[in-house]
Amino acid sequence: MTGGRVHRLAERDRAVVAFHLDGAPVSALSGDTVLTAILSLRPILRQAEFGPEGRAGFCLMGACQDCWIWQERGFRLRACSTEIRSGMRLRTVAPQAWDRP
Amino acid sequence: MTRVLIVGAGPAGMRAAEMLATAGITPVVVDEGARAGGQIYRRPPRGFIRRPEALYGSEASKAVALHQCFDTLVTQNRVEYRAQTSVLGLGDGTAHLSGPAGYEQIGFERLILATGAMDRVVPIAGWQTGGVYTLGAMQIALKAQGVALGQQIVLLGTGPLLTLLAAQLVQSGADVRAVLDTSDMLGQVRGGVAMAAARPWVTLRGLGMRRQLGRRYHAGITPLRIETDEQGPTAVHWRDAKGTQHVTSCDAVGMGWHLRAETHLADLAGAQFYWDKDFAQWLPEIDGFGRARADLYLAGDGARLLGADAAEIAGRLAAIACLRDMHLAAPDPTADLRRIDRMERFARAMQHAFPWPADLVRQADDHTVLCRCEGVTAGDLRQTADWSGPEANRAKSLGRVGMGRCQGRYCQLAGAEVIAAKAGMRTEDVGRLRSQAPVRPVPISALIQDSSD
Repeated sequence: MTGGRVHRLAERDRAVVAFHLDGAPVSALSGDTVLTAILSLRPILRQAEFGPEGRAGFCLMGACQDCWIWQERGFRLRACSTEIRSGMRLRTVAPQAWDRP
Repeated sequence: MTRVLIVGAGPAGMRAAEMLATAGITPVVVDEGARAGGQIYRRPPRGFIRRPEALYGSEASKAVALHQCFDTLVTQNRVEYRAQTSVLGLGDGTAHLSGPAGYEQIGFERLILATGAMDRVVPIAGWQTGGVYTLGAMQIALKAQGVALGQQIVLLGTGPLLTLLAAQLVQSGADVRAVLDTSDMLGQVRGGVAMAAARPWVTLRGLGMRRQLGRRYHAGITPLRIETDEQGPTAVHWRDAKGTQHVTSCDAVGMGWHLRAETHLADLAGAQFYWDKDFAQWLPEIDGFGRARADLYLAGDGARLLGADAAEIAGRLAAIACLRDMHLAAPDPTADLRRIDRMERFARAMQHAFPWPADLVRQADDHTVLCRCEGVTAGDLRQTADWSGPEANRAKSLGRVGMGRCQGRYCQLAGAEVIAAKAGMRTEDVGRLRSQAPVRPVPISALIQDSSD
């Protein structure tokens, strides 16, 4: 798989939304969830904590809690149920402070 | 005035709200969605342009009728709708909520739970990998976002959603490589007769969708494993009904075996549970109207897995029971009771036509991940059962199957099979995991702020 996981089949004609992902400027479409936005650029959302595999969400309905990712500032967010907003600064790896004991 | 709290704004919650509003009660409807609809009639964000027929197919008119009815009630202030809000816990007539405005408590006198259901899954080697989704997830991605979650998709499992999602993806132009059904054809034909007797039109519609899948569809298969690399799935290994092994390459997998009722809140609200042999899971005990206890009513797939049409009826019946218990006038439920009875016959026949593959779960390889939240394998659980004994809650405490971020929603039923197989017991005798609040994650700071008030 090269590039993103998401295959856009419809609703392609929407406004572009600019955001930052792991420090780099990227874009998505207005109305995308954070999950759709990130997975249109990459095949996975984050690394699993208890295994070597990547994770990319599982249920998309707020039941599995697989798709929580970080913001540079503020709360973590559940990617499947949060709409992407212009200017969001998202991280797919925990901020440094999380690694400290 | 008595406050009635409804949790969930799918077909059951919306119809319950309508019935109460018609009787002059203004219910509070708490819903996790951004717009009412639930999962089956989920609406895309504003600005999306596909027509209802493209989103909901043959069910478009039902979806539109529900949305319009509910939106009108909200506009007229006859229903108080709280979108994007989760109920974290329940106790003593108080619901603990987390929503856009943060943490909050609200009181209620009567409670209608319409919490819906999620996919029931069988742990298949490799399923923990990103790019493996539930069938429901793939349908939500298509419906609410207009996307497929891969370029080459394999669908795996059984039940109506397998065929429906496959047909929807194919119609939308996605590349569906294979549709792998663990139910064999003979059982499908036998169960299909009873399905057709109860709901001939719905059965025919399913057959029509199946025909659209052509040679992609395979009945009576055995899934072997999902092959993966660091980017996700690369192939599904499976055996056909004749025993020949196949490898189908793909970059995404959707899987699901019917649904599992979402019952955490019903449990916290004091519902009693029984093991339902047809649905092969624990379900809350209810009367014909959905009464689970005094002042507690359950409706829709969170109580009985009968689908969207039955959920609308169950929502009405729950509201009728609520009104009667409040000594208020309510419409005659006779016709609805008869219709939902027929739908229950259909749903139970469907469980026999497309059975839960208990043996497949019981025989899961020791290395297969059972709890996908924390990577606990079937072998780990078998070892845990040696010292915990064959009781689900003890095995959870000691081995963590059911203690991860999904709170057992996706591993409980598979875990019970594995423990039961090892102990030589019936699955229901292993016991049901007790639900624990908060039933959704909540920032600790929200709770701390509240306690300092």
